[in-house]
Amino acid sequence: MEKAKETYVLKMDNIAKEYYGNRVLKGVNLHIRPGEIHALMGENGAGKSTLMNILFGMPVIHTTGGYEGSIEVNGSPVNIDTPLKAMELGIGMVHQEFMLIPGFTVTENIKVGREKTMPNLVSRLFGPSMESLDLKAMRRDARKALKTIGLQIEEYVKVAGLPVGYMQFIEIARELDKTGIQILVFDEPTAVLTESEAERLLEAMRVISSQGIAIIFITHRLDEVMAVADSMTILRDGEFVARKEIKDTNVVEIAELMIGRKMEKLVDNSSKDTRTIDDSQIAVSLRNYRVNMPGERVKGIDLDIKKGEIFGIGGLAGQGKLGIPNGIMGLYKAEGQVKINGRELNLAKLGDALDHKVAFVSEDRRGVGLLLDESIEENIIFSAMQTNGKFLKKIGWMRLYDGAAGKSHAEDMVKTLDIRCTGIRQPAGALSGGNQQKVCLARALTLEPDILFVSEPTRGIDIGAKKLVLEYLAKLNREQGMTVIIVSSELMELRSVADRIGIVSDGKLACILKPDDSDADFGLAMSGAWKGERKDA
Amino acid sequence: MRNPLKPLVEKFGLPRVIIVSFFLFLIAAAGMFHMNLMQLLSDCIRRWGMYGILALAMVPAVQCGIGLNFGISMGIVGGLLGGIIVIQFRVAEMPSLVAVHPLFAMWVAVLIAIAIGVILATGIGYLYGLLLNRVKGSEMTVTTYVGFSIIAFMNMMWMLLPFTDGELIWPNAGKGLRNTISLAASFSNVMNKTLAFTVAGITVPTGLLLFFFLMCFLVWLFMRSKTGMAMSAAGANPMFATAAGINVNKMRIIGTVLSTVLAAVGILVYAQGFGFIQLYNGPMMMGFTSVAAVLIGGASPRKARIAHVLIGTFLFQGIMALGLPVANQFIPESNLSEVARLVISNGIIIYALSQVKGGSGRE
Repeated sequence: MEKAKETYVLKMDNIAKEYYGNRVLKGVNLHIRPGEIHALMGENGAGKSTLMNILFGMPVIHTTGGYEGSIEVNGSPVNIDTPLKAMELGIGMVHQEFMLIPGFTVTENIKVGREKTMPNLVSRLFGPSMESLDLKAMRRDARKALKTIGLQIEEYVKVAGLPVGYMQFIEIARELDKTGIQILVFDEPTAVLTESEAERLLEAMRVISSQGIAIIFITHRLDEVMAVADSMTILRDGEFVARKEIKDTNVVEIAELMIGRKMEKLVDNSSKDTRTIDDSQIAVSLRNYRVNMPGERVKGIDLDIKKGEIFGIGGLAGQGKLGIPNGIMGLYKAEGQVKINGRELNLAKLGDALDHKVAFVSEDRRGVGLLLDESIEENIIFSAMQTNGKFLKKIGWMRLYDGAAGKSHAEDMVKTLDIRCTGIRQPAGALSGGNQQKVCLARALTLEPDILFVSEPTRGIDIGAKKLVLEYLAKLNREQGMTVIIVSSELMELRSVADRIGIVSDGKLACILKPDDSDADFGLAMSGAWKGERKDA
Repeated sequence: MRNPLKPLVEKFGLPRVIIVSFFLFLIAAAGMFHMNLMQLLSDCIRRWGMYGILALAMVPAVQCGIGLNFGISMGIVGGLLGGIIVIQFRVAEMPSLVAVHPLFAMWVAVLIAIAIGVILATGIGYLYGLLLNRVKGSEMTVTTYVGFSIIAFMNMMWMLLPFTDGELIWPNAGKGLRNTISLAASFSNVMNKTLAFTVAGITVPTGLLLFFFLMCFLVWLFMRSKTGMAMSAAGANPMFATAAGINVNKMRIIGTVLSTVLAAVGILVYAQGFGFIQLYNGPMMMGFTSVAAVLIGGASPRKARIAHVLIGTFLFQGIMALGLPVANQFIPESNLSEVARLVISNGIIIYALSQVKGGSGRE
């Protein structure tokens, strides 16, 4: 290796990418040496997947105007415009969701699309697609690839029914079997594995890299990075933050680089904080709380939220933070003990949370939050009518919708929350994201709750509406003493409005932090590398 | 140049524009052939009232989320049973009732028949609802075949049920119920005749229309009640309803029961206007005509309103009423009108189903 000019198997320089005027990558560099394990880190939305899409020449990049910057493989500039090209250059990917065919054997899965064949009588007549499979040679290849990663498994068993960990290894074996593979990308490979399986995977990665194949390792887990990587690149909000050698850095520094506090405050705290929060008054108490929400599983949380505070729940996507409110509201199956203001919640009974004066603004506005075809009016009054029996008038034995009361309330709400619409008869589906969010909020407030869960309050809405929604939540808390629980992926917004922030990692509560705790603490907690005792701020 | 009619057409819907034009064309054609237009229009109104409640049965079904209920034959058989029970006991001929007024006796008979039909349909509808909750996502296929199956099942039952009245069973000491049972001695035309009047040659069956509008009003009231609104929400967005603490399956059962009950009422109203009860395969295709009617009125498999029922039934039945005589003028002794009926009813169903967007909601 030359001293002056290091050789890189892959050099991506000044990569920039725009999606419809929205810059998601702003001049990112990624340099990979042959045979090294290079960690690529960053929060959700930092631009990791876009960068990988560019590397693989995915159609989504090229149908939206391509990218800027240069890519060099082995020192020569290349233009990767199709996934096929990437494959020819020896770039492979191990997918997070396994792309395996359950009914096929291990060999067939490894060799699918690249079968070895030999000519026979029929193929001489009808062409090479009729050639028969050279099963012996295919098995030999499969065995060799499996041996490389140290997987003890017979190559003729069917994939269906194998443990998840094995499937991942078969996927890796398939990539290794491709001739001339130089760079292998692992996209959060340990997310679905058990601890011991993850251990073995990391071991296999070391073996692969020792054979000269470079690995790009995308992960959120700092401990894994420290254990296995040689160097790393950190991205934040589409910007290149740093390239570090692992031996020159430490966990705390990496965590700080990942979070990188932006000092802008989203909310003006001009109104005086006159609240007195009594530590003994618990609004929501969770004990061994589990929720079976696909993709957002909660795996046993103990948590106390005090009456009258704004509590933030943060964490990366898929770690289980969204499962917490969805389980309480009965949208997904939950178990464990939940107490609302000291009274136990019956999780099996639908709508019990509403009866305990808990309201919820869902993260899935269009799917759960709104009746898209119905009017703003109906969307606003609906829950309160069903739960509290408001906006109903009695005529004989019938209880009918009281149109006048509903209309005047909806009009009030539209005014208070500044919902931009043509009138309360407009269908909710026709509104912009921010205004839809306000309608959802209006419905929750019409319930007059004691406790308000707001899930991803600012997802997909513009900055102005964002500020208004957060300020309104703060106002509700200050003026009406409502306990507000905000679940959000955006740490910045939690840190600007919440009193305490619980970080959820891998379905469990990592710790509770104060908004002004250090970036390193937040980074460590979110990356599952929180070493200290559970800290209660 | 923008076509000024375009937004109007879009609002009203292209199929409705075509159907309305066709309807007007038929009226013009009938006029050209010097047919008795007034009598034809009377027929339109009569059929509107007769078929209206069967089409109304679609509203709760669509609103609760099971979609177009092709299986209203489930309720229809309940109504038919109510009708023949009343004939068996000769309620309309009870001297004490006839003594008040013959029409009064007939009303008592038809109302008892409706009451029996409603009770039976409630039970059937509940079971039907349980079934539909197990086949979420493919309700329309299931309702179609359940509708056919109940007809086949009842074909056997009509043979076996122990009715004995001479009006009901095959003549000459036959066994089993007849194919077509005359209502002349029980409640034939009871609603049509009540308060009927003729003005400028058009006969208005006031009693029939009042009963139809009363049913529409009751359904409209229900849709504005707490349960009705919960039911509509459950149909429009099950996740939304769940989040509001509503038991979606229960709401679907309520909607299904209501739809089945309305079908039972509807078939009796139809039968009294027609003058006969048709058993066996008679009600087989009733589901299709009702579905076609609401769809013409502007309903979709996700949304149906009372207005859709009123407009749709009038247009669809209007075309049926005018179509046959007009077609016979064009080509005498043909079954052109039957062909037109099939083309229109099946065509409109296909059109509406093709408008449904895939992946309707979660769950």
